[in-house]
Amino acid sequence: MPHPWIPNSYIKDLMLKELGISSVLELFSDIPQELLLRRELSVGYGGPLPEYRLRRLFNDILGKNRFRYTVPPFLGGGMCLHYVPAVVKQLVSRSEFYTSYTPYQPEIAQGLTQALFEYQSLMAELYGVDVVNASMYNGSTATAEAVRLAVRVTGRRAVVLPRNIHPEILEVVRTWSEPVGISLVKVGYDRESGGVDLAEVEKAIREWKPAAVVIQTPNFFGVIEEGVGEVANLAKEHGSLMIVYEDPIFLGLLEAPGNLGADIVIGDTSSVGSGLNFGGPTAGILGIKDPEGRLLRQLPGRLIGYTRTVDGYEGGYMMVLQTREQHIRRERATSNITTNSALEAVKAAIHISLLGPQGLRKLGEAIAGRTEYLVRALSRVGLNPAFERGVYLREVTVRHTRIVELREYLRSRGIYIGPLLARFFKELGDCSLVCTTELHTKEDIDLLVELVGEFLKR
Amino acid sequence: MNFRQAKWDEPPIFEVGTFAREGVKVDEEFLSYTSELLSRLPKRLLRGSPPSIPSLSEVEVVRHYTRLSQMSYGVDLGPVPLGSCTMKYNPKICEELAADSRIAEAHPYLDEEDVQGILEIIYTLQKWLAEIVGMDVCSIQTPAGASGELAGALMIKKYHLDRGDVVRDEMIVPDSAHGSNPASAAMAGFKVVRIPTDRRGNTDVEALRAVLSSRTAGIMLTNPNTLGLFEEYILDIAREVHGVGGLLYYDGANLNGIIGYARPGDMGFDVAHLNLHKTFAAPHGGGGPGAGAVCAKGVLAEYLPVPLVDFDGRKYYFRYDLPKSIGRISWFYGNIVPAVKAFLYIAALGPSIKEVAEVSTINTNYMLKKLASLPGVDLVYGHSRWRKHEFVISFEKLRKETGIGAEDVAKALLDRGFHAPTILFPLIVPEAHMIELTESETKENIDHMVKAYEEIVREAYSNADKIRSSPVNTSVKRLDAVYGNLPKNITLTYKQFKLREVLKGVGSS
Repeated sequence: MPHPWIPNSYIKDLMLKELGISSVLELFSDIPQELLLRRELSVGYGGPLPEYRLRRLFNDILGKNRFRYTVPPFLGGGMCLHYVPAVVKQLVSRSEFYTSYTPYQPEIAQGLTQALFEYQSLMAELYGVDVVNASMYNGSTATAEAVRLAVRVTGRRAVVLPRNIHPEILEVVRTWSEPVGISLVKVGYDRESGGVDLAEVEKAIREWKPAAVVIQTPNFFGVIEEGVGEVANLAKEHGSLMIVYEDPIFLGLLEAPGNLGADIVIGDTSSVGSGLNFGGPTAGILGIKDPEGRLLRQLPGRLIGYTRTVDGYEGGYMMVLQTREQHIRRERATSNITTNSALEAVKAAIHISLLGPQGLRKLGEAIAGRTEYLVRALSRVGLNPAFERGVYLREVTVRHTRIVELREYLRSRGIYIGPLLARFFKELGDCSLVCTTELHTKEDIDLLVELVGEFLKR
Repeated sequence: MNFRQAKWDEPPIFEVGTFAREGVKVDEEFLSYTSELLSRLPKRLLRGSPPSIPSLSEVEVVRHYTRLSQMSYGVDLGPVPLGSCTMKYNPKICEELAADSRIAEAHPYLDEEDVQGILEIIYTLQKWLAEIVGMDVCSIQTPAGASGELAGALMIKKYHLDRGDVVRDEMIVPDSAHGSNPASAAMAGFKVVRIPTDRRGNTDVEALRAVLSSRTAGIMLTNPNTLGLFEEYILDIAREVHGVGGLLYYDGANLNGIIGYARPGDMGFDVAHLNLHKTFAAPHGGGGPGAGAVCAKGVLAEYLPVPLVDFDGRKYYFRYDLPKSIGRISWFYGNIVPAVKAFLYIAALGPSIKEVAEVSTINTNYMLKKLASLPGVDLVYGHSRWRKHEFVISFEKLRKETGIGAEDVAKALLDRGFHAPTILFPLIVPEAHMIELTESETKENIDHMVKAYEEIVREAYSNADKIRSSPVNTSVKRLDAVYGNLPKNITLTYKQFKLREVLKGVGSS
C-alpha cells in the first residue's frame, strides 16, 4: 500500500518496468524460499494510520502517565529537572542540524563541525582539561569508557571506585569491564560526611596499584567530595590516573576538576540542555588532561579538529585522529562507538554559550542557595540529612524511619521526592534523595517542607 | 543542479562578541543561603577564576548557531545516500509528538504506576521489534547500535562461560563487516578471526568451515551484507556455526532492505541489534543520539541487559529478575526520545512497513542499473545479482584512467547539491562508493543524482583538474586531512587554536 513517506511507492509498477521485471518478488528471489515471510508482520495498530489518528492514539497512551507535578519535582538520583531555554530547543530544531549525519564530508558540514568544535572547547574550559571528545552516549557509558581508557594507558588491571558514586554507573562499569578481566575495587564512604572514606581509598591504592581511581562530586548522596585533591595526589604518587565525574552545571561555582588533579573528567549533559526524557538521551562528556600526550591516542570517540583547505587559503573543521576509531582500526580501535550524542552536545554548547561564565556561576549559586535553604527547612520539621557533616549541593540524602510513607504521602499530593535509597543500599533503607534546582521557588520549597512537617507530626 | 551552500564568515563562538553581556537571567533570591553554604567549603574547591567562555546576549547566540545550521546539510535539504547509514526521511509528526512534555519532563525515578504511558510505549516497541526480527525478546536499553553489539558480544561470552565452555575466545567476522563488529568483539575480549568474501559477494562458506572449531564463540554478520547482497548460504552458515557450538550475531544496520520479507531469527541468528535511528526513522542528529535495541532468541534471551519492560496483564513494570543477565549496558532505560519516534514510525506504517523493503530495494537497483554502465565504474562482486538496501560501485578503473578516485567523485557530488555516499568502504572494494538511497528518494531525485554522476565521470576524462579542485560550492573548499592530523597541527579546542596562532607568530618573526 503506497504511503506518503515512501514517494516511489506510488509508481512502483513504473519502477519495476524500468528494472525489466513484473513482480517485486523477483528482487527477493535470492532469499531462500523457506526464509521468506509469507504473512504480514504483526506490528502497529491494524494498518497505516493517518496523522490525526496517530496523534490521538499517542495522546491517549501518554494520558496513562499519571504523574502530575504540583510543583517541579524534587526527584534526584543523578538527574534533576533543570530548565532548558527556548533558544536551545528552537536552534536544535533546525533540520539542517538534526537531519544531518556524522560529518564524513566536512566541506558541506562546516556548521555542524564548528558547533561540535565549540562544544569540545567550551567543555574543556569548564572542566579545566586539554581535550574533550565530541561526546559519548551518556555519563554512565562515558565512565565505563574512562575506566577502559585508564586501563589501556597504564597497562594495569584494577580500578578503585567508591560505593557513593551513582549505583547505576557502577553497574554499567561492571558490565563493560569485568568480563575482560578488569577488577573493580570498591571502597566505602564515611558514615558521617557521606564522602569517600579517604583511609580506605589510600589503602586500596597502595594495595592494588590501580589503573585509576574514580570520584564523583557531588557524589550520589549529594555531598561535595572535599578530598578530590588529596586522592589525586595519592593516585599520582602511585602511578594511577584520577578520574572525576562532575555535573557541568556546577562548574561556574566549583573549581574545575582539571585544576584539582583530575587526569580524566566525565559528566553528562542532562542539566545543560538535554533535560530528563525519562533518562535519555543525553550526551556523555569525556575529557583528558594530557600534558605528556599519553592519553590522546587512546581516547575513544570522535574528535573535531581545526585544519585548513588543501589550497591553504582558509581554515575549516573536520574529524581528526580517526585512526583511533572502529571504521578504520577495527578490532584495534579504542572503542566500538560510532553513533554518539552530537545533537545533545550541540544543545550543551548552545546552553553554555547562553549562560556564559556569569550565568553559569549564578546558576550554580541559585542551586546552592536553594539546597542550603531546603536542608535547613527540612531539618526544622524533623527531616534530617543522613550525613550530618556533609556539604550538600542540589541533592540531599534525608533519613527518617517513616521515609517510605512520607514519600507516598507527598506523591499523593503531586510532590515527588526520591529515589529511595533502599533500592541501592541495604544500609540506607530509611533514606531518600531530595533534589532542588533553579526551577523551585521559595513557595515550592515551603510547600514541600510544610507537607513534610504535617506528615511527621501525625 | 545549481547549488551554492551558505557561507558565513562566522568566527568561533569565543570571538562573536566584544563586550560582556548575558544570554539568560538567573534569579538571586537565595544568595544569602548560597554564601552560608560556600563558607563551609574549603576555598580550594571554589572556582578560582571563571571559565574562559564567551559572555553573549541571546540574539548573538541565536544568530551564531542559525548561521552554523545554514552551513550544514541534512536529509531535509536533499539525499544523504550514505551506505549502511539508512538516512531516510524523518517524519515531522514523530518529531513533534516525541517532544511531548509528558516525556520530556518525566523523571527516570518516577514510580512505575506514574509512567504507565511511557512503559506501554517501550513494551509495545519491544514486542514489535521482536516480531520484526523474529526473536523472543528485545531490550531497548542500548543507546546505539554499537552498544547493542557490545551487549550481544557480552551475552555470547557469558552464555559460553555459564556452560563451562571457557576456551571459546574467537569471534568470526567477515572482511566486509562494519568496523564496529570487530571492535565490539574485541571490547568483549574476543580474538577476531577474519574470513573473506567470495566472488558472488557472499561470505565464503569454505573459508568459514576452515576456521570453525571448539574455540569458536560465534560469528557476527550483517544480512544483507555491506555489498547490499543477501547472504545466499545463510542457512548453511547457521548450521555450520551452530554445529561447532557457536552462536550467530546479527548486525541490524542493514535491515531496511528486507524488513517484512525475511527475519534474522528465522535465518538462525541467536542475537541481534537494531538501529532505531536507521530503519525506524529517528533522526541521526549530526551523529547522534540514536537508539539501539538488542534482541535474543531462546536461552540467549535470559542474558539480555536489564531492565526489560514487561506486562502482567494489568500494569507495565520493569523486570530486573533475569539471573543470567549481563547487567546494565547503560543507565536508566535507553534513549527514550528516539525510541518513541521509532514507535510512532512503526505505528504509522503498520504492516505496510514491508513497503520500505520493497521501495528501498527498487530504488537501489534502479540507480545501480544506471551507474554500473558508466565508463570507469565497476561492480566488484556479484555482477548479475539484485541488491537490497544498498550497492557498492568501484571507481578503481576511473582512477587508473584519469587519476580521479572515489573521494574526488564524492567532492564533485557535493558541488552538485548532493551529499556524497559512504566512500572507501567496504574495505574489500577499491575506490568504493557505497550508496544507500532508502525508500525516501523519488525517481526524479535519483535521476538527478545519476545525471550528476554521469557529468562527473565525463569530466574526469575531459577535465580532471576541475574535478580534483572540487568542492567549490560548499562553504569551504576541500579540507586537508593530512595537515589537520599532523601532530604539530592537531587543534581540538579554541584554546589550542589560539596557542598555535601565537606559536606561528613566533615562528615567522
